[in-house]
Amino acid sequence: MIATRLLVAGAMVCVSIATASAASSESPPGATSCSGCHSSAAADTPVPRLNGRNAAEIVAQMQAFRGGARPATVMDRIAKGFSDAEVQAIAAWYAEQR
Amino acid sequence: MKHARTSRRQFLTSAGAVGAAALLPLPAVAQAAPRVVVIGGGFGGASCARALKALDPGVTVTLIEANRTFTACPFSNGVIAGMRELGAQQFTYDKILATGIVVATTMANAVDPQARAVSLADGTRLTYDRLVLAPGVDIRWDALPGYNEAAAAQMPHAWKAGEQTTLLRRQIEAMDDGGVVVISSPANPFRCPPGPYERASLIAHYLKAKKPRSKVIILDAKDNFSKQRLFQSAWKELYPDNLEWVALSKGGKVTTVEVASKTLVTDFDKVKADVANVIPPQKAGHIAEVAGVADRTGWCPIDPVTFESKLVPNIHVLGDATIAGGMPKSAFTANAQAKVCAAAIAKLLSGTTPGEPKLINTCYSLVAPDYGISVAGVYRPVNGVLTDVEGAGGVSPADAPRAQRAQEAIFANAWFQTITAEVFG
Repeated sequence: MIATRLLVAGAMVCVSIATASAASSESPPGATSCSGCHSSAAADTPVPRLNGRNAAEIVAQMQAFRGGARPATVMDRIAKGFSDAEVQAIAAWYAEQR
Repeated sequence: MKHARTSRRQFLTSAGAVGAAALLPLPAVAQAAPRVVVIGGGFGGASCARALKALDPGVTVTLIEANRTFTACPFSNGVIAGMRELGAQQFTYDKILATGIVVATTMANAVDPQARAVSLADGTRLTYDRLVLAPGVDIRWDALPGYNEAAAAQMPHAWKAGEQTTLLRRQIEAMDDGGVVVISSPANPFRCPPGPYERASLIAHYLKAKKPRSKVIILDAKDNFSKQRLFQSAWKELYPDNLEWVALSKGGKVTTVEVASKTLVTDFDKVKADVANVIPPQKAGHIAEVAGVADRTGWCPIDPVTFESKLVPNIHVLGDATIAGGMPKSAFTANAQAKVCAAAIAKLLSGTTPGEPKLINTCYSLVAPDYGISVAGVYRPVNGVLTDVEGAGGVSPADAPRAQRAQEAIFANAWFQTITAEVFG
């Protein structure tokens, strides 16, 4: 049962990455809000830059925030508002941004 | 979007206007660059203008703003409490100008939705395909007896940053030890829901250090407020002798102000202030009313996908002026809405349908320079209303260690640097 669920989740992830790549520069839902805190320019801030960052890394961090594996101030509360597919799409989009 | 999209205009340029006109059922005016006029150069308007120009450099974007310098409200409570200078709040439009946006330093006087035209104070008439209003708030000078523009020179609201901010700071600095600062906080909705409580906190911080026999009293027209438990627990710890909150149910609602005696009158009491900070009831900025996009509440109903007015087509409204469901009236909200609105307008101009957005708000408050708390939310349209995504968002934990409060204060400062750089840098 659990294995099946994971498989389904994996399949969704693949689909969403493919979709995100096809429409490369169109921001997926939620993505543009991030730059309120995550500077798109290289800046002197404790908040990491998302532009150009590895998509899998962003996804892993979001999952860790959502599941509580990574302690956070606000990102735990924000990560809970996004599905796996949404996080994948946002991560893929940021990975492409310069 | 700028790479992926083939706009009508690009098509026209490459195929030639005559051929394109024959192929596409467009009126002749469509051959011109689309025109978007943005009124209001704050976190909402300036963000929207920039985001739209970045998405589609072919759009002629005109930003109308009365002031040459923008003075940011977030962190202005720190100016009042002597933690920072007003200059740290101020930004010019030079960088925005450099992106190819036309910045008109003037007021918009009238909007003609039928002709899709805006009249400016200097007599210029600008036509638009899409108009964006980001007018922020105006004070409701008729809402609190005794409180008018002349009264604000004695009892500052300091709810629009600038001279009012400096005035309140000077009054507090000039106050003798043992004095009372009274803040009147309005009923919902108003700009920056945690703002009055952050202000009270930072003033108490100043008083505790510089004038320890003094105190700040909040007279409130509400029984509940943003981040309430966090503020109250911090006040108990940090300012037990310097800060008092009077709820609506305890007679906190100010019904009249008496300027000459600096007195705030409530249902049961008269409170004499040494410094009175009256945060009055508010409404959407005046141009919203003029354009017909404000409803009887004084605020602007919008479509949560495009931020187009529900009252007047082709006019979009952003930020504090809107009725935005669960989204509070914050700079973060205005900036997030602006980017969604810009993407929607780019789509609408190219004849495609905007998809459902998701938006985030994060709002920090400082209870002391090294003590930050936050509220966050994730929103999506549900039945035409921007609604909190269940299970997400909320405030900082009640039992967090002091190190986490310090960390949030650092993030609060970082947020201000980042967002002002995105909008004005």
